[in-house]
Amino acid sequence: MKRIDHAEASSKFIEATDHAEFHDRRLWDLRKKRDRESESLPEWQELRGLASAIKEHTLTHLADYLEQFEAAAQANGIVVHWARDAAEHNQIVHELLAAHGVKTLVKAKSMLTEECDLRPFLENRGILVVETDLGERIQQLDDEPPSHIVVPAVHKLRTDVAEVFGRTIGTDPTNSDVHYLAESQRQNTRPHFVGAEAGMIGANFAVAETGTVVVCTNEGNADLSMHLPKLTIASIGIEKLIPRIEHLGVFIRMLSRNALGSPITQITSHFRAPRPGTEMHYVLVDNGRSERLGMEDFWYSLKCIRCGACMNTCPVYRRSGGLSYGATYSGPIGVIIDPTFNLRKYSNLPFASTLNGSCTNVCPVKINIHEQIYKWRQVIAERHQLPMVKREAMRMAGKVLASPKMYRLAVEAAAAGISHLPRTLIYNPFNAWGKQREVPGAAKQTFRQWYVANRGTKQ
Amino acid sequence: MKVALFVPCYIDAFFPEVGVASLELLERLGVEVAYPLDQTCCGQPMANSGCEEDAAGTEALFVENFAGYDYVVGPSGSCVHHVRDHLTAIPQTDRVLAVRRNTYELVEFIHDVLKVREFPWAEFPHRVGLHVGCATLRGLREASISEVKQAPFSKPLALLSAVKGIQFVEPKRPDECCGFGGTFSVFEEPVSARMGQDKVNDHASAGAEVIVSPDMSCLMHQKGVAERLGLDVRFMHIAEVLNGARP
Repeated sequence: MKRIDHAEASSKFIEATDHAEFHDRRLWDLRKKRDRESESLPEWQELRGLASAIKEHTLTHLADYLEQFEAAAQANGIVVHWARDAAEHNQIVHELLAAHGVKTLVKAKSMLTEECDLRPFLENRGILVVETDLGERIQQLDDEPPSHIVVPAVHKLRTDVAEVFGRTIGTDPTNSDVHYLAESQRQNTRPHFVGAEAGMIGANFAVAETGTVVVCTNEGNADLSMHLPKLTIASIGIEKLIPRIEHLGVFIRMLSRNALGSPITQITSHFRAPRPGTEMHYVLVDNGRSERLGMEDFWYSLKCIRCGACMNTCPVYRRSGGLSYGATYSGPIGVIIDPTFNLRKYSNLPFASTLNGSCTNVCPVKINIHEQIYKWRQVIAERHQLPMVKREAMRMAGKVLASPKMYRLAVEAAAAGISHLPRTLIYNPFNAWGKQREVPGAAKQTFRQWYVANRGTKQ
Repeated sequence: MKVALFVPCYIDAFFPEVGVASLELLERLGVEVAYPLDQTCCGQPMANSGCEEDAAGTEALFVENFAGYDYVVGPSGSCVHHVRDHLTAIPQTDRVLAVRRNTYELVEFIHDVLKVREFPWAEFPHRVGLHVGCATLRGLREASISEVKQAPFSKPLALLSAVKGIQFVEPKRPDECCGFGGTFSVFEEPVSARMGQDKVNDHASAGAEVIVSPDMSCLMHQKGVAERLGLDVRFMHIAEVLNGARP
């Protein structure tokens, strides 16, 4: 399988200057709003500590809490299914829909169903799937995956949305007024809410003691998806568990503050039991999570509550866009999760980072993201997934830098050499440094040469 | 107090004046400084690229050169961060651990160990934009960070504030990464360059005449970008300013 070329994709993203600048500004704005909101709570760091501890506790007792959750849900009248992987998940969902003769499925935003590629699976089997989150709907209509886990269409300008809606739902493509566009989408989606035979949600949290699934939205679309159809389904990643309903307060206080800089999402919905006369199903999905849980250095990534703050603060993500990662999960959290799905395909992603550490410091559950990126690099090199050029360059550098004699020859040549080279030789297409930067000027002598000349050889 | 000067490879080759300023500054502050002549690099370029095993020889040589000193002082935050937090390619003997523990970035050595706050010989009547690199900031914690609410502090700023005539300007995003990132600068060239452009433009818009930093590798990248953009901004290492140099 071909490696995702993040650098190449980011180059294209940056070329579209208006889009790139808007994207950076918009996400930095979310970061600043997040700073203000988090600073408004004096106990913010305490909350981070609690959130991290609750998640670590749950993950280290995950089997018990999953069984508790299943029993509680069953007692509430919910049918619980277990899916080992994406294929099993999609199969289960399709069988349920087929058994009920479902033609239309309305669904709320769910990164898990993106991860499982559920939509194309169902569409290929003749089921109309309607995304009901505005951003996710835009992405569906444009046949693109979400570029951000919270704001899926953040890389699009409103003129892009006008073009997409003009092409797909018959609006005026030259009218990019946001109210016009939002209202048009609403009118387009409403009939589906009424007519759909099945509704589907993901999960922000799954509470073991009550068997409840909690979904946080700003549009109320999760409720609209679940309140009318006779058949409702929630897809739940097994890492979404928290032990008790009282723990929810810790996470709800942080999630929207950290994600969007708002104190809370407009709607926090608790789904606990089927409405009378309807069926409700949970699908608990592993899809690599158990394996990740067994990774000594990397299991902490399962604490993630998908707030997207690491993406908003990441200077690389903001300047390359989520689609440049070529994966369901992008930005810093994507960089440490994606290699668990396919090491070779995503082997470049941990290098799409400067290891600046901003992500780690905004993470509400204290995932050591940049340290994990550093560790993934070691794993990728050990498993022979580095490009040959880089591998050989490092082998050579390691040899030269381990030998004072070879080092001196190299450094003195480098220091003296540049000034003698013609500009065309330095700034050639193979010199990535020189494309948009000047190389450092030549020094008359190295520091060591200066030292020996001026201070003798005393050590 | 036995103190050794660690001059990272890229400073040795391209910015010897930064090594000279560091040495002279420490001597002015009354420190007797040794410079082990067989030193090369800390191993960071290989380890940050995932090739920790290729860093082993370099790391062993680093320890060989710097064992036995009370302090190892280097004018480069990311190299010191590597030594202190990531020099793990070789067995962690007491000798290795002692070298790692005793290695300091120049600013923190002056600020925390020497506890010096006065540089009477230094005068710098210019508008300065301070750049603290990410390894120095979030690795060595030499200053408060914008992600976490805390009482603001900055060791580099505390030292520079003592310089006569100096003025500071504040860019809009003072602690956003400038995009150097070691081999990132080459393998992720488009984003790296764009980040560098944003950084130097932010400083220039704030009115900076000189960008000063404890991190010469960040400055190497920013300088290259600014020169290509034709910006009228100069770049100096903090050791040069504290040692009394002018742009």
